[in-house]
Amino acid sequence: MYFTEGSPIADQRVPAGPIETRWDRRRFSARLVNPANRRNRSVIVVGTGLAGGSAAATLGELGYQVKSFCYQDSPRRAHSIAAQGGINAAKNYRNDGDSVHRLFYDTVKGGDFRSRESNVHRLAQVSVEIIDQCVAQGVPFAREYGGLLDTRSFGGAQVSRTFYARGQTGQQLLLGAYQALERQVAAGRVEMHPRTEMLDLIVVDGRARGIVVRDLVSGAVSTHFADAVVLATGGYGNVFHLSTNAKGCNATAIWRAHRRGALFANPCFTQIHPTCIPISGDHQSKLTLMSESLRNDGRVWVPRDRNDTRAPNDIPEADRDYFLERMYPAFGNLVPRDIASRAAKNISDEKRGVYLDFADAIARLGALAVEQRYGNLFEMYQRITGDDPYRTPMRIYPAVHYTMGGLWVDYDLRSTIPGLFVIGEANFSDHGANRLGASALMQGLADGYFVLPGVIGDYLADAPFGPVDDSHPMVADTVSEVRGRVKTLLAVDGDRTVESFHRELGRLMWDECGMERDEAGLRKALERIPELREEFWQRVKVPGTGERLNQELEKAGRVADFFELAELMCVDALHRRESCGGHFRSESQTEDGEALRDDANFSYVAAWEYTGVGRPPVLHKEELVFEHVTPSTRSYA
Amino acid sequence: MDTIGLYRTTVGKKVVMAVTGAGLLLYVVVHMLGNLTVFSGPDAINGYGHWLREIGAVWPTRVALLACVTLHFVAAYQLTAKARKARGRYEHRRRVQGSYAARTMRWGGVIIALFVVYHLLDLTVGWLNPNGIPGEIHANVVADFQHWYVVLAYAIAVLALGFHIRHGVWSAIQTLGVTTSRVIGLGVAVAICAGFLSVPFAVFTGLVS
Amino acid sequence: MKLTLRIWRQSGATGRLVEYVLDDLSPDMSFLEMLDVLNERLITEGQEPVAFDHDCREGICGMCGLMINGMAHGPEKATTACQLHLRHFRDGDVVTVEPWRAEPFPVVRDLVVDRSAFDRIVAAGGYVSVPAGSAPDAHATPVPKPDADTAFEAAACIGCGACVAACPNGSAMLFTAAKATHLGVLPQGQPERYSRARDMVAEHDASGFGGCTNTGECTSACPKGIPLTTIARLNADLLRAHTTRSDR
Ligand SMILES: Cc1cc2nc3c(=O)[nH]c(=O)nc-3n(C[C@H](O)[C@H](O)[C@H](O)COP(=O)(O)OP(=O)(O)OC[C@H]3O[C@@H](n4cnc5c(N)ncnc54)[C@H](O)[C@@H]3O)c2cc1C
Ligand code: HEM
Ligand code: HEM
Ligand code: SF4
Ligand code: F3S
Ligand code: FES
Repeated sequence: MYFTEGSPIADQRVPAGPIETRWDRRRFSARLVNPANRRNRSVIVVGTGLAGGSAAATLGELGYQVKSFCYQDSPRRAHSIAAQGGINAAKNYRNDGDSVHRLFYDTVKGGDFRSRESNVHRLAQVSVEIIDQCVAQGVPFAREYGGLLDTRSFGGAQVSRTFYARGQTGQQLLLGAYQALERQVAAGRVEMHPRTEMLDLIVVDGRARGIVVRDLVSGAVSTHFADAVVLATGGYGNVFHLSTNAKGCNATAIWRAHRRGALFANPCFTQIHPTCIPISGDHQSKLTLMSESLRNDGRVWVPRDRNDTRAPNDIPEADRDYFLERMYPAFGNLVPRDIASRAAKNISDEKRGVYLDFADAIARLGALAVEQRYGNLFEMYQRITGDDPYRTPMRIYPAVHYTMGGLWVDYDLRSTIPGLFVIGEANFSDHGANRLGASALMQGLADGYFVLPGVIGDYLADAPFGPVDDSHPMVADTVSEVRGRVKTLLAVDGDRTVESFHRELGRLMWDECGMERDEAGLRKALERIPELREEFWQRVKVPGTGERLNQELEKAGRVADFFELAELMCVDALHRRESCGGHFRSESQTEDGEALRDDANFSYVAAWEYTGVGRPPVLHKEELVFEHVTPSTRSYA
Repeated sequence: MDTIGLYRTTVGKKVVMAVTGAGLLLYVVVHMLGNLTVFSGPDAINGYGHWLREIGAVWPTRVALLACVTLHFVAAYQLTAKARKARGRYEHRRRVQGSYAARTMRWGGVIIALFVVYHLLDLTVGWLNPNGIPGEIHANVVADFQHWYVVLAYAIAVLALGFHIRHGVWSAIQTLGVTTSRVIGLGVAVAICAGFLSVPFAVFTGLVS
Repeated sequence: MKLTLRIWRQSGATGRLVEYVLDDLSPDMSFLEMLDVLNERLITEGQEPVAFDHDCREGICGMCGLMINGMAHGPEKATTACQLHLRHFRDGDVVTVEPWRAEPFPVVRDLVVDRSAFDRIVAAGGYVSVPAGSAPDAHATPVPKPDADTAFEAAACIGCGACVAACPNGSAMLFTAAKATHLGVLPQGQPERYSRARDMVAEHDASGFGGCTNTGECTSACPKGIPLTTIARLNADLLRAHTTRSDR
């Protein structure tokens, strides 16, 4: 028995009526907090990425008292900074047939019909405002000679709706949000706590009222209280050890909230990105993404003969297999990620990778134009591999990149714990079983600038919720649990490093719960993970003390949570006996090897309830209703 | 105009250095051109010196120079003190950019200042000059540069000035808000060095006597 | 390959260089992966690992920062420490690794320093005041491509602090100027252009950074190649701020 089933989720707080006006109506029906009272309402925002940074800045602008947290030394370094390719918006500046409805449609389809229509529609609507907001902040998007914004295409779309800033879109968007945030810091509306890690959520009388944090420099464990808590702590791809995520990315904040009662939705929906730089050796510490935008002009191929050992430039045209163009003539190299990744994996292996070739593009556009579009990505590739992509094709291979799963939220971004809101990659909300390229930045900023500020007032209108302080028994318990954990990690003093455990867990997850999953493998993983977890608590070695900067201790805490989450991911993957989006069960495929959905049995969001370490979680289903897009077999051929 | 506010900033201090430096540079250029009259014979340079006194240019120039040097020095001193405090100390340090001129601005300036003191005692007051009669500019200059060590002292000073100007001109323009090619500073510096150095070498080699 | 590392270790107020020898390194490793290897060894030997800042390991977050053989981010041009690979060293090299040093960047531990002064400089004025929801349509203001390009080039700053570490005056002028230039050349940044320059420079000076004397070490060390022209622009804006009406 890996899990039990509980009651379905009844209320998603979605307004009824025409989908086009739902968001407007929800905003109108949401209660407001009058400006004078906002000063007395406090909000904790954990995370300063696109979601958290924009939310904290905007809530500050509205007049709330905000406390903002991140584990890096500056909010500007949140992982969003690494996003390269771009951000989608239904601006239709190109007049190529784009519209809010088309973006909505593409996203629901791209997510393989496992997302909530109302949320996605709202996302598409708000996308338009995001671009306006960012341009006004001075985000230096790419422009044409006429001075207007340039766009390009991304996977899963046949229109050109992706706005970009060379290969540094995430950085530029994040700096915009960061600058807005710092403006509020200067104005005294936001209190910034960098190098501070959230280790637990404080729930008092059924409401999220604060967090327990550890100051990473002094090691001090302390509490912060507020009327509401917002988690914007990003994704959990680092469960796999090797991923394109930053080294510090972790699941601790959402996992601790899950342990306190927030449901965790679709944990097994992870995205594997097709174009990353292949692993070069055992020392590998992370994987580097080569932006999806490269597939606009780069052509993906493998040698026809798997055993061809010739250098790529020596392989003649006739001996190359441009397999994406061959298999998916309509979308060609721009098929969605899940599809490209699996095709690449089936056709090649981790060591050799596949080729991403720019020879045609250079011949067609000239090296200069290619450099202008992708110059910094090419440089990055060359720095890492020592190869020059202007001359030899890039070698690429799929890698874990994004997690569609996350804490379950309703239409108002509320988790199942009152007062706990979850935004950005940390929630599960908008991408279903597969996220389209350039849509994560869109979602983060939509949540932070517009959606959360539009609805949080409705919750805060009920505040104040009564005083809490460190003496409250619930608070004291939570703090002492956190202190106990830190102490235990230091006390084990075993003989294995945190890194070695993380590597082993990651390998296991990649093999058994990676791009392709099957029942036997998942069962195997579900045996092994608890053993490994036990071993971790017996044998881990964390040197130093908890009273000052101790990066090994930080890592240990994060890996400890990855074990628990990994187990839930496998349970989720095992229970979902269908293939959809990034979740591919080998038992469930069409004749030509495409994902085979089972809408009759699995058209729901799987939201899991925590019951204890190693105890079977409880499954709560949110049935998905499709009124505007009819689920069909995804076809990109 | 908020002069005090501007001066309080590090950039403002640099602006003061740039403006006073430009004043000093102007003087140096005019002085250098004046010196070249030595090639037209004793009467030309003596007459030039006499004429300068006649039109009453001497004292206003001295006052202006003194003001510039003082401001230039005070700003340099304050900036240096702040930089000393701010800068990091490494066990192992390597410079990448490596402009010699840029790194020697402070010591270069001090060398120039010491030289000017010597120079005044030499050619203006005359105490250190073998001839040493005020007004007999040509004779004083010729008497000076018979000696290799005097030539050497002047050459060192002029080269120090050249370096100071080479970086200073570019830096001053940058400080005033415009980026130009560094070649300009080099050109000005070479011209000034050549102009100044021509005199002692001409005397030493007997071209001028 | 083999490298001898001399690494700055500090846990209290003072520190010292400690020597470690690593064999068996691969030229394909990044510099930080080499430190990972060292740390794994130290931990198994029961010693405390070397603390160093890093996050993205892609050269974009600006978190890493090491003085490698006296050069900020090491010997490769336009490359952060995390993107520096061992293939640029020779077998048997001795490599000295120190933290950024500058008065406003106090050492936290080993190779980790506190760069919060950068946040304060941005908070002082490095933004365009535009509350969410108040923006006009993105195409309402076209931006000439040359201006957009200049802004972009300056906006590429990752806030790593190498410029300060390299500057003989401990000046953060390149960082400050990069932000002032990014926002100052865009039409969106015009209303606050001069007050922004004034306030950021004031905070720069108050944080204890030295003044820039245009030595240019910063731009050579900068992993994003932020040009010195940005400093000239900032100077021009600052002059303008102090020579026109003081409420600008
Ligand atoms: C290499 C790469 C390229 C990408 N490119 C694109 C792209 O081109 N387009 C696109 O749309 N998407 C892209 N994505 C996805 C996108 O970048 C992310 O999904 C998105 O940025 C997540 O933003 P976020 O605000 O939710 O979280 P993050 O940016 O991950 O921020 C998380 C924040 O939470 C803080 N935090 C985390 N845990 C804790 C804790 N326990 N205590 C305190 N603070 C904590 C961190 O300090 C950080 O501030 C890319 C992702 C990667 C990895
Ligand atoms: C009292 C002796 C002097 C000292 C200590 C001194 C020192 C300095 C210093 C430290 C600088 C700053 C370097 C920089 O910002 O890049 C400087 C700049 C400059 N100096 Fe001098 N100097 C002296 C005399 C002179 C003289 C005699 C001249 C005239 C030729 C001169 C011309 C300049 C110029 C033009 C600059 C550039 C100003 C700028 O960069 O903003 N200096 N000096
Ligand atoms: C080698 C070249 C030089 C020669 C031959 C030379 C010659 C002279 C002479 C003859 C005088 C006296 C003029 C008079 O009393 O009427 C003089 C004055 C002076 N020189 Fe020079 N000089 C030289 C270089 C310099 C340099 C490099 C500097 C500055 C950095 C300098 C600064 C001055 C000053 C400040 C005075 C005093 C002016 C005054 O009396 O008000 N000289 N020089
Ligand atoms: S200007 Fe360059 S060196 Fe300085 S912080 Fe920015 S990126 Fe780093
Ligand atoms: S090195 Fe320093 S002096 Fe100025 S030009 Fe760069 S900040
Ligand atoms: S670790 Fe992010 S820039 Fe080096």
